[in-house]
Amino acid sequence: MSQEIIRSTVVPIIYLLSTVLFIFGIKQLAKVKTARRGNTIAAVGMLLAIIGALLELGIVDYRWIVGGMALGTIIGATFAIRVQMTSMPEMVALFNGFGGIASALVATSVYWDLVVQRGATGTVYEALGTDEAITVMLSILIGGITFTGSLVALLKLQGKLRKGQPILLPARHYITFGLLFGSLAFGGIAVAAAAGDSVVWVLALSSVSLILGVLLTIPIGGADMPVVVSLLNSYSGLAASMAGFVIGNPLLIIAGAMVGAAGLILTQIMCVAMNRSLLNVLVGGFGVADGAGGGGSDEYTSVTSCGPEEAAMILENAESVIIIPGYGLAVAQAQHAVRELADLLKERGTKVTYGIHPVAGRMPGHMNVLLAEADVPYEELLEMDVINPEFKNTDVVIILGANDVVNPVATKDPSSPIAGMPILNAHEARSVFVVKRSLSPGYAGIKNELFEYDNTMMIFGDAKKVLQGLIGEVKDL
Amino acid sequence: MTLGPLLIGIYVFVLAGFVGFEMITKVPPTLHTPLMSGANAISGITIVGAVAAATTGAPTVANILGALAIVTATINVVGGFLVTDRMLRMFGRKKPKALKAEGAGATASATTKGREVVSK
Repeated sequence: MSQEIIRSTVVPIIYLLSTVLFIFGIKQLAKVKTARRGNTIAAVGMLLAIIGALLELGIVDYRWIVGGMALGTIIGATFAIRVQMTSMPEMVALFNGFGGIASALVATSVYWDLVVQRGATGTVYEALGTDEAITVMLSILIGGITFTGSLVALLKLQGKLRKGQPILLPARHYITFGLLFGSLAFGGIAVAAAAGDSVVWVLALSSVSLILGVLLTIPIGGADMPVVVSLLNSYSGLAASMAGFVIGNPLLIIAGAMVGAAGLILTQIMCVAMNRSLLNVLVGGFGVADGAGGGGSDEYTSVTSCGPEEAAMILENAESVIIIPGYGLAVAQAQHAVRELADLLKERGTKVTYGIHPVAGRMPGHMNVLLAEADVPYEELLEMDVINPEFKNTDVVIILGANDVVNPVATKDPSSPIAGMPILNAHEARSVFVVKRSLSPGYAGIKNELFEYDNTMMIFGDAKKVLQGLIGEVKDL
Repeated sequence: MTLGPLLIGIYVFVLAGFVGFEMITKVPPTLHTPLMSGANAISGITIVGAVAAATTGAPTVANILGALAIVTATINVVGGFLVTDRMLRMFGRKKPKALKAEGAGATASATTKGREVVSK
């Protein structure tokens, strides 16, 4: 077959097939039963796309392509296989950053080849074509923001950068908007500039976009990182789509746009779960003590605490137990211990379920993934709306490293920073055990009045150690 | 009416956006993280553009940028799909798991147990 036919017919058909596989893949990823197959289908779609791209090139020097792919495969696979299940959110952020910078690099490479290396005369838009010139600049801008934004999100998820607390620069809104307009101006100038003069403007655009990624992410608190990662995921799709316009490839436009839309929807779902607007999240500063709300003092006055023995005695007589996992469970890697305790209780005839708040942990579904790792049956994980009516008929609630999502102040005090956020009504149960390392506040930075309730008992300690203690005590009953 | 390539591109972009939108509206929360991760791997599609940008093997700036794009996009694609698969593998084994988990040493530490499960 001649290269002409391959390029005009075979490759477009392969790309179309790849697009269809992506759509099927994402559709199946959205159902529990077929999710794994869906991921494989999408991966096959990607493989087809790469084969298509190589066929489209025909016979060229493959050394750099093969070398680059081999290196990328080794790095990507090493990360993916080594990472702990508890660090999944960080991994998604990291990979996302790489995707974003890849799109920006593609656009820069096309620009450099057509404008600088070929010594184009005239303006940039004449050398590249107007649409391509504009989308090159957009790819660089969005890709750059995605890259540094994802890296900052990664550090915040790891609890670095001031332990994930918001970092607020003075006059940050002015700086951010100034840079955003500046970047658009640099991009615009670069499009219209003479080829020889444009390099400095493209470099200015690249630098500003990298700085913007940092500035847009640092004021946002660690608790909001899932929303940010989801949004950055949307951005990286958009960047890929823009790169598609640059090289005139509909596959990139379609796949990028689908990911862009998907990320945006997921972001929206997460914001709704926290009863906050996207704008409110992005403006940042949430959780910084501003003295405005919180209701009452931040000091705890009447907290009762107990050890595993006393807790086990109460568990002995419980007919129903609801476990509420939070980020503390992930930190302590306690997912296996919690299942073991649940199994013990079930053997004794106690009904055990799990209440999953939509924003528990650091990603939507974070707790589900962790508990699935420990083989907790999927049917036992109940969503907030389903489990909330159950609490008042429940004997014992065990809260493992969750805080703000069970704070009754959200429903009571309209001046509280978390006012209106839907919570799990754990306080309605007969007894509440809160397993926590200390009385330190959660991400919202406020006191949790649940800890002072008469039916609440604190069990201080690392979630896994406390659970192991409880398991020992329950076995001895 | 004749559409130029840019307009066709915009048509495709908008329609694909709606497809993505419709697909995500009905997803159980359990799958949000794997879905985000899988979608993220698909955004590595930019690898197709990267391949086209590193063709000559000559050490020019454009080629070096293209090669870097290949490395980063491949990390995104390979890492993204693998990590998604690792997460989903846990949802998959529902029936045989009850037996297996009973047999597994109950006192083994969470970390070692986690690795065992993963390497199966």
